[in-house]
Amino acid sequence: MMRFLRSCFVIARRDFAATVLSKAFIFFLLGPLFPLLLGGVFGGIGARVAARTDKPVVAVIAPHADFERLNAARAQLAEAVGDDTLVRLIGYSPEPDLAVQEKRLLASSEPPIRAVLSGGLAEPHLTGSLAGDPATAGQINLLVNNARSGEAERIAEVAVTDAPATSGTLAKDRAVTGQIGQVLLFFLTLMLSTMVLSQLIEEKSNKIIEVIAAAVPIDAMFVGKLFAMLSASILGLVVWISSGALLIQFIKHGGVATLPMPAVGWPAFLALAVTYFGLNYLLFGAAFLMIGAQASTAREVQTLSMPVTFAQVLIFGLASTAIGSADSAEAIGAAIFPLSSPLVMLARAAERAEIWPHLLAILWQAAWVALILRMGSQLFRKTVLKSGPRLPWWKFGRA
Amino acid sequence: MLRQVQHEPEVANFAVEAVDLVKDFAETRAVDGVNLAVPSGSIYGLLGPNGAGKTTTLRILIGIIDPSSGVRRVLGRERPLDAAREVGYLPEERGLYPAMHARDAIAFMGALRGLPLAEGRRRADALLAEHNLGDWAKKPIRTLSKGMAQTVQLLGTIIHKPRLIVLDEPFAGLDAINQARLEELIRREARAGATIIFSTHVIAHAERLCERVAIIAKGKVAFDGGVDEARSKLRPIVRLRTRASGGPWLAAIPPGARREGDEYVFELPEGGPEPFLKALIDGGAGIETLAIERPGLHDAFVAIAGNAAAAEMGQDKPQ
Repeated sequence: MMRFLRSCFVIARRDFAATVLSKAFIFFLLGPLFPLLLGGVFGGIGARVAARTDKPVVAVIAPHADFERLNAARAQLAEAVGDDTLVRLIGYSPEPDLAVQEKRLLASSEPPIRAVLSGGLAEPHLTGSLAGDPATAGQINLLVNNARSGEAERIAEVAVTDAPATSGTLAKDRAVTGQIGQVLLFFLTLMLSTMVLSQLIEEKSNKIIEVIAAAVPIDAMFVGKLFAMLSASILGLVVWISSGALLIQFIKHGGVATLPMPAVGWPAFLALAVTYFGLNYLLFGAAFLMIGAQASTAREVQTLSMPVTFAQVLIFGLASTAIGSADSAEAIGAAIFPLSSPLVMLARAAERAEIWPHLLAILWQAAWVALILRMGSQLFRKTVLKSGPRLPWWKFGRA
Repeated sequence: MLRQVQHEPEVANFAVEAVDLVKDFAETRAVDGVNLAVPSGSIYGLLGPNGAGKTTTLRILIGIIDPSSGVRRVLGRERPLDAAREVGYLPEERGLYPAMHARDAIAFMGALRGLPLAEGRRRADALLAEHNLGDWAKKPIRTLSKGMAQTVQLLGTIIHKPRLIVLDEPFAGLDAINQARLEELIRREARAGATIIFSTHVIAHAERLCERVAIIAKGKVAFDGGVDEARSKLRPIVRLRTRASGGPWLAAIPPGARREGDEYVFELPEGGPEPFLKALIDGGAGIETLAIERPGLHDAFVAIAGNAAAAEMGQDKPQ
């Protein structure tokens, strides 16, 4: 056993040093910046486009006084539900030929008009392509009614006392924390599994694998490789978490203390995040290494790893159903299913304060990791060097 | 044939033994009942044409792959990996991490065999300096020439001072100078007490280095024994040039003789040189030149492994 562990250590030390001391590791550390940057850029562009195109514009052909009352009713409503959710109103004085004016306005591209309201407040009539947009007609109805009755000016002001956090806001914030944790865990695992796979392919093509296989048990190579990448990624996690905390400390008023506290508290949450990350990575990394053992080219790897990647996405979908309903049957089922368990339990750590379910889950997941590592290393040994007698599938795991 | 089975690794007479090794890959039988016994401290050559099963046999012996059936014993242990710390292996297809420094690559190969990394680096520096590669110790492998990289891998194979060194086609890809250096290194390791097994399809190396050889053809061992024993399987070769072109002396020439230019070339007749010479002289041959040559390992290989195998080997002449 000691010799096996020593062999694992030799492989892991080489792989860890080769990974961490390479230029590619700098890009790996910068990796999480790119999705944030892209998210920010495309999110901003999307929001601008949405603001330009999504808010319907209604042309109001009415006397000036009627338009002013409609606009006042709109302003009042905007205070309650927000300006972005309401139609935009543009006033036009009535022309002698109303039909021609309506037709011209509906064809206008600057601004693009969704509908035309004519007849003033006395006999309002809305013309436009509104079959698929009941909200615009509904809002115009409400605005006309408010403008007619003059209720807009008589709305009572409710006195408001601001409280820092309520159960409602805390639940929402914790759900967001759980969701962010799941997304990070999912993407990191995906990225690292692919990295360990490409390293294996490099070794197979370099023929180094034969030198290693002649010196140490192939199972030790399998386990050593997995733990090397795990160590490198935990180093990455520490760097990212520290950098993130520093960034928040500098740019957010009140610093990290203002972040919504996960239900188990920050220290326990971070420790659980690292543990669940490790277990999740070992489960999927083992699967990817098994794939790498069967493939000899990058193309074969892509073909073989596609179903596993799809399965990962499905499992991520399953795990995300647990957010916001940690005690539901779906959430408990997903927590028991070993491949989704780490993701689900991380979200639970953000939302529920009990620690004991995590101890159970870690033991459960560790048992599965041990089983999959054992199966993985056996299959790896059989396929990476085409070694050993063939076994029928029902005897797999007993070799 | 398993000649002697020792249960104590320290007193084993054979560094490597194999009994009825068989290896099947799908429908192909790559190794077909191989029996070997490699005496401790010897230089042992595994000869055979490409595809004869040499590499598969070596990979089975050192535990990279398991046989489909049969038994192997390496330094007295039935699981070759149990002896891994005392074995050095140079695969046919060389492989090193391109970004690794030469000394680290050697030290890493030592670490795989249980040598502490710091000690491995110290020994690597000394070995590299000894092989005129001291200036390259801290350079990445990718900057080394092919010959240099091969030397680095060879040094990594012996860094941990193994008792058994297994080299698969070690001379392939080396120029004549480096081949001579490698031969000297093999002799030196053998003088230091190591057992060396190497495969080759260039017989000249085996002839210069080996005390014993196994000739493998089509997955089977066609011969296993001393080099002299292999040679003794053939009769001496006679090269004869005469002044007379015809006459009674022609009756003394064996039926299988062939003409090479002006010379007759044939195996010395069974009766030995005296009656043969008498028949030539009495028959009026007018002997111009006559040479009786001891057959080489190449001739023995041709006889043992067959003409088809020899033709394949002839494509790769020794340098």
